[in-house]
Amino acid sequence: MESLIIILVGVLTTVAIYLVLSKNVVRVILGTAILSHAVHLLILSMGGLKLGTVPLLGEEAKSYVDALPQALILTAIVISFAVTAFILVLAYRAYQELGTDNLGTMRGSDDE
Amino acid sequence: MNNILVLPMLLPIIVGVLLIFLRTYGRIQAWISIAAMVMTAGISFYLLHTVQTDGIFRLDFGGWEPPFGILFVADSFSILLVLTSSIVTAICLSYALISTSKELQTMYFYPTVLFLIAGVNGSFLTGDLFNLFVCFEVMLLSSYVLLTLGNSKRQLREAVKYVSINIVSSWFFLVALAFLYGTLGTLNMAHIAERVAEVGQTPLLTTISIVFLIVFSLKAGLLLYFWLPGSYSSPPVVTSALFGALLTKVGIYALFRIFSLIFYHQPEITHTIIGIMAALTLIGGSLGAIAFNDIRSIAAYNVVIAVGFMLVGLAIATPEAIEGAIYYMIHDMVAKALLFLLVGTMITLSGTSKMAGMSGLMKNYPLLGWSFFITMLSLAGIPPFSGFIGKVLISSAAIDSGSYVLLTLALLSSIFVLYSLLRVFKNCFWGETIVSKEEQLPLRRGVLLPCLVLVFLTIGIGLGTEGLSVYVTEAAETLLDPGIYINAVLGIHQ
Repeated sequence: MESLIIILVGVLTTVAIYLVLSKNVVRVILGTAILSHAVHLLILSMGGLKLGTVPLLGEEAKSYVDALPQALILTAIVISFAVTAFILVLAYRAYQELGTDNLGTMRGSDDE
Repeated sequence: MNNILVLPMLLPIIVGVLLIFLRTYGRIQAWISIAAMVMTAGISFYLLHTVQTDGIFRLDFGGWEPPFGILFVADSFSILLVLTSSIVTAICLSYALISTSKELQTMYFYPTVLFLIAGVNGSFLTGDLFNLFVCFEVMLLSSYVLLTLGNSKRQLREAVKYVSINIVSSWFFLVALAFLYGTLGTLNMAHIAERVAEVGQTPLLTTISIVFLIVFSLKAGLLLYFWLPGSYSSPPVVTSALFGALLTKVGIYALFRIFSLIFYHQPEITHTIIGIMAALTLIGGSLGAIAFNDIRSIAAYNVVIAVGFMLVGLAIATPEAIEGAIYYMIHDMVAKALLFLLVGTMITLSGTSKMAGMSGLMKNYPLLGWSFFITMLSLAGIPPFSGFIGKVLISSAAIDSGSYVLLTLALLSSIFVLYSLLRVFKNCFWGETIVSKEEQLPLRRGVLLPCLVLVFLTIGIGLGTEGLSVYVTEAAETLLDPGIYINAVLGIHQ
């Protein structure tokens, strides 16, 4: 199961890097979103997938799932939401002001 | 009693939230936020004394004992940086009170600065690697907002780059955390350090440490500084001063912490790489500093040089070098804020950021000119000012450990700092005045006051090195002997 997830992480990262390297701002943002999903899956599989029952107090199971990666992912998801929302607004404002969504033409001149 | 440790992060957040409700009252916001920063500085001064007398102490959130919960740890190194950053922020805020436009003041500028400083202080104090990531993100999100406030085309353009690069570096941070957690099963910094010391630094751990090196280098501007000059030179004066003073220091702090506490077992690999990166940073920064005609870019490249210089201290890693680097970090926060504030004032006065458009400012604004002169001497490391002691300690440590290449580059870079700023001084302050006495823009009353406070601070740090040395020596001792930190965090009772 872990190997499957790791392959999925690899595929997602590949897709994300392809998108991040493109010149369209919206594609770059989609790329960063997929990039963060990939790393969330990576953290999840690093804790070990489904080795025991749910981590509840007082239960008599022999082994429990590590709950920490899930807590970490929860935090990381919230942060990546916030950052993605911010960069979408930023891209919109930049499009309004600069009149382009192409990173190549957005470079501008140094004389401004 | 230990609960006071959370205040340097909590106080700015609470005050920042309150200030959102006072949006239309720019001046009131300014005064409240300055008061909050002064209080934070007072608290950190008290904490510094407590650490000095009682040793390192910690605050376990929710009473969870160390390897399990998250925690804040206060040692001399982190508290010294918290203290300096609080003081510098208070001064920058008072500059904002006097000089910035009404629009900026009422567009959530002060709350955002307070959230920024909360993230910075949190990163300095935390004892948990994932918590460090969260504090970084708090700081970075605020810095994104600050970078775009002001809304000029150039700012938006630079912000797109800055945000994208930081998202990618945060991604690397998470990757490194995931692998570290998968290998060691813990995120508490002291616990990681203990486990690494037990199992030895295997090649896998060294690889992870290099991923961490990439992450923090991106934040600190060590070698991977290509994003830095653009984003530091485009926002309004106060924002660039805060960025120049604080943001890179957090990355440098993280590098010092990680590579002195956790991954110090293979210095021939990790510290060599840091040394090479520092050398290249010094070269690149020096070339940038003399290449440009825009005084904001010159100031931004001076940040890069300073980053390289401090990391030379980490690469050498003898007690003397670490001490020198800590002195230099404290000095650099003060001096860089001062440099950016002065450069910004010059731009406001002359209406251009090109050196060609400025001349003879000295005649009309002598106080500004002499402040700039002192900043220049301080950054170049001339004796009575604060940069001197750090440079001396790092240089002599480099001689002792035989790192002559680093020594040469560090000293040459000082000359480049001096040359680049002297060029600004000569072109902008000397020469014929372009504007006559009658036509000159009046210097807003009190604008120079925050700068003068910083000037006295840089002189004070230079002359009062003796008083500071107790804390710095202890900070360096703690950094070089991870046992002290590990015992303080994982010991049963303090």
